Amino acid sequence: MTFLNLVISGAANGVVYAAVALALVLIWRSTGILNFAQGGMLMFTTFIAWDLVHLHGANYWVGLVVALLAGLVLGAVVERVLIRPIEGGPPINPVIVTLGLLLLLEAVAGMIWGSGVSSFAPEFSLNDYHVGHQLILFSPDYLFIVLAVLGVMVALYVLFQHTPIGLRMRASAFNPEVARLLGVRVGRLLTLGWGLAAMVGALAGVLIAGTQPGYINPNAFDGLLILGFTAAVVGGLDSPLGALAGGLLVGVIQQLLDNYVSIDLDSFYTFVVLLVVLMLRPSGLFSRTAVRRV
Amino acid sequence: MTSGLVLDNVVTTYGAVRALDGVSLDVADGKITAVLGANGAGKTTLLRTVNGLVRPAAGSIRFGGHDLLATPVERIVTLGIAHVPEGRGVITELTVEENLRLGALWRSDRRRETVNGLATVYEMFPPLAERRDRAADTLSGGERQMLAIGRALMSRPSLLLLDEPSLGLAPRITAQIMATLRRLSAEDGLTVVLVEQNARSALSVADSAVILNLGRVVASGAADDLAGDEQLRHAYLGF
Repeated sequence: MTFLNLVISGAANGVVYAAVALALVLIWRSTGILNFAQGGMLMFTTFIAWDLVHLHGANYWVGLVVALLAGLVLGAVVERVLIRPIEGGPPINPVIVTLGLLLLLEAVAGMIWGSGVSSFAPEFSLNDYHVGHQLILFSPDYLFIVLAVLGVMVALYVLFQHTPIGLRMRASAFNPEVARLLGVRVGRLLTLGWGLAAMVGALAGVLIAGTQPGYINPNAFDGLLILGFTAAVVGGLDSPLGALAGGLLVGVIQQLLDNYVSIDLDSFYTFVVLLVVLMLRPSGLFSRTAVRRV
Repeated sequence: MTSGLVLDNVVTTYGAVRALDGVSLDVADGKITAVLGANGAGKTTLLRTVNGLVRPAAGSIRFGGHDLLATPVERIVTLGIAHVPEGRGVITELTVEENLRLGALWRSDRRRETVNGLATVYEMFPPLAERRDRAADTLSGGERQMLAIGRALMSRPSLLLLDEPSLGLAPRITAQIMATLRRLSAEDGLTVVLVEQNARSALSVADSAVILNLGRVVASGAADDLAGDEQLRHAYLGF
């Protein structure tokens, strides 16, 4: 039963990593850029929600919606203001720009909200469920997390696969030049893509912030970014489904090793997973790159 | 009657290279105009300059009453110009039908146009109808070419630009594609600019042709006359 419990609890954590991975995958797939600032961006939007809820007495749901909208706007602005001007330059440029943005956001958050830790109270209980006398490592809050992330993933799937705007976004991502010749305004869709990705990231930030008291501070989400990055790479970096699978896998493995080996090595396990996957299957578990032909 | 497309003294440069060196061209409406020449003659650059992917250093390009040089790439298709890029240019990650849908997506009446357009294209190219839900990367070279042409037709263009449609295709498939172009031009009055290295098959369907060499127009005239001019053929067309 312990083993099953660890899998359940690991998978629930993994769903959040999957959301961060999805935020990275959406941008990588359409621009070939790895957004290192994603951790800082979702930290910032989580602080905005926390500020509203805990300093200004707003409802939890108002805080969540504002965080999502702030993510949408922040992602769009980052694309237009920082990424657009360096488009077509050497690939190292977006790495430096997004890393710089990460540092900038962490510094600004520290100036506004201080560098101490704060708690973001979850909307639902963190007390685990019981079946009879058996404890299940799964709480109403985690149920909400799973439903929220899966709901967003389904919504994005429908948007990308079954709407005209989704078709335009995919065309822009896969072949921008041909898309432009077909009348698709690729630039606008890239802006929208960054906005949507950052919105998914913002969701992950608010959700994970509630899972532990004292979670939030300007550097608290660095570890989440690394977990999300690992999940994305495990899933193949360009596959949304891979992001989900990668997130679940990383979450479960981390939980098992924490329990059966040692929790002190927690952040080390992420890199072990990353290394093993890259050695065995460098293109990730779900990558399409291998079948892409020109 | 003058058509749509008029180029006047267009110069396009890549760094120090003058890929187009003062090209003037008046494309006859409702006809097929072949643009011929060897590799590096400037044929692809000519099309890329017309559709705005490359901006010229000098000259003018007009279509209907519009100044194409002042038109963003994304708006060109809305003027009635459709492009079939070199190497087919189908989006391999999308399905056949998604590729086709993209062709009509810019239209405000796209619902009706998509339904009508899909029916027309599937009737014209039955292999596409059978593979409509398959990813485009499962198609053969000839089917990809059909898809690229079908997608261009989905926008209901008045001018169709094709870049080397015969590239890498078997002669029989090339002949089919050329026959399709002939029919579109004759029956629907479509204006076609056909860029080809395969001069023989291009001249077999074209009404007129221009020959480019090192970025300049070195000959132009009726397709039959050019095909009959042995000296020209030997010098520039290689057959």
